[in-house]
Amino acid sequence: MNVPVRQPVAGQRLMVVDCDIHPAYATPTALYEFLPQRWRDHWSTFGTFFRPPLIGQLPFPRMMAGGMRIDSFPDNGSPPGADLDLMRRQLLDACGVEVGMLIALSRGGMEERNLDFAAALSAAANDWQLHAWCEPEPRLRAAIVVPQEHTEHAVAEIERRSDNASFVQVLMSPRTADPLGNRRYWPIYAAAEAHNKPVALHVAGFSGGHSSTPTGWPTYYLQEHYAQATGMQSTLASLVFEGVFERFPKLKVVLIEGGFAWAPALCWRMDKAWERMRAEVPHLKRPPSEYVREHVWFTTQPIDEPDQPEHLVDIIKWIGWDKIMFSTDYPHWDFDDPAQVFAKLKLTGKEKAALFRENARAVYGLP
Amino acid sequence: MSRRVLAKVSEVKPGAPKIVTAMGRQIGLFNVGGEYFALANRCPHMGAELCKGWIVGLVQSDAPGEYRVTRPGEFLRCPWHGWEFDIKTGQSWCDPKSVKARNFKVQVEPGSELVKGPYVAETFPVTVEEDYLVIDL
Repeated sequence: MNVPVRQPVAGQRLMVVDCDIHPAYATPTALYEFLPQRWRDHWSTFGTFFRPPLIGQLPFPRMMAGGMRIDSFPDNGSPPGADLDLMRRQLLDACGVEVGMLIALSRGGMEERNLDFAAALSAAANDWQLHAWCEPEPRLRAAIVVPQEHTEHAVAEIERRSDNASFVQVLMSPRTADPLGNRRYWPIYAAAEAHNKPVALHVAGFSGGHSSTPTGWPTYYLQEHYAQATGMQSTLASLVFEGVFERFPKLKVVLIEGGFAWAPALCWRMDKAWERMRAEVPHLKRPPSEYVREHVWFTTQPIDEPDQPEHLVDIIKWIGWDKIMFSTDYPHWDFDDPAQVFAKLKLTGKEKAALFRENARAVYGLP
Repeated sequence: MSRRVLAKVSEVKPGAPKIVTAMGRQIGLFNVGGEYFALANRCPHMGAELCKGWIVGLVQSDAPGEYRVTRPGEFLRCPWHGWEFDIKTGQSWCDPKSVKARNFKVQVEPGSELVKGPYVAETFPVTVEEDYLVIDL
């Protein structure tokens, strides 16, 4: 007989906090009901104005069915991630998700060039998350989507939403007009810190006009998929060296879908350079690795898979067992199943609990 | 072990597998060029419903700039992570040393033989006019 993949008895199940779930709009105009007439007219007349990487290309992984699990297309013709009942069946119920973090990527204004439109889109996306997801499904939590180039609106949106317990973090793109450590973004960090909301940075297909690899545009999706990790490293180095964590000592940053195996090597390299040339950045009072250790969390999917599975355990040890948080990336093609993802690792019950549940509960202050 | 009649041959077309349940497990039946194969509907990687994936061939290359499609219709690509499996053997293409989808030997039997027993049809009556796909479970 096939062995059931998951334990059906509730009391014996592994319960997880999923730190990366992508809700989708059921129709291209699903946000209209949350937008003022002025911006509905604008959208229908002029459309959105993102800077896509390459004309005619999707901005996200496209190996499988437009980047989606083939089985995640709802019967009613809406896109993967748009149907709450299917999400419940395939993810929340099937995988024992106790709390799921919505990462609403598209059309939230993060990459919109028209800043007033971006502000309207972000407010609409936040209303939509409550209305379509968090209110009907209490397991789901929203992120306050902010247009990072419009700091004034971003701050106002954080202040307006923070009292609502459904919003547990602030979501912005890591591929911004300037690297994220730049002071133009600091008001957003100040608001996030003041309201005790972690800042979530999810890898982004829209690139702010920059090429997705440091040496130019890639030829293949596999290059771009890898480049998400190097992009995250640049973002993290910018946050560290610009002094963001020195200025905002309580700020928490969650790096989503950018991998984590690179983090120890980046820290070794940053520390070495800092020890020798710290006069360039006198505002840093401590080795760069200490800021990373204190302020930064990483999500697991897509999990790095060394040939020797125990090497991944070493890497987690170097980063810290309290810093890695499980994520599925549902409904995207490279989804990680909690019942399988660490199956080759010999983890203690305590380590499993930390990765699947407790670290996220601590970061997000979940009850 | 018992012999199970799973489907009429005419129900399993090339490129359109049929998923059936036998002895509590889901099995996908495949027609590859008139030969019949059966795979468990569970990917050995992360447990997705494997037989709901795409049926594909392989794109192979001996050198950059040279490409050819080989063995069209002989591979099954998992709906989640795109791992490809040889429908005829269950062998994984990306990790052939350590991963294999569970497969079952399929036999085509005429209904005239099956009505004599001792076979067990899962969900339908057997008639003498048709041929059937049978496996041992």
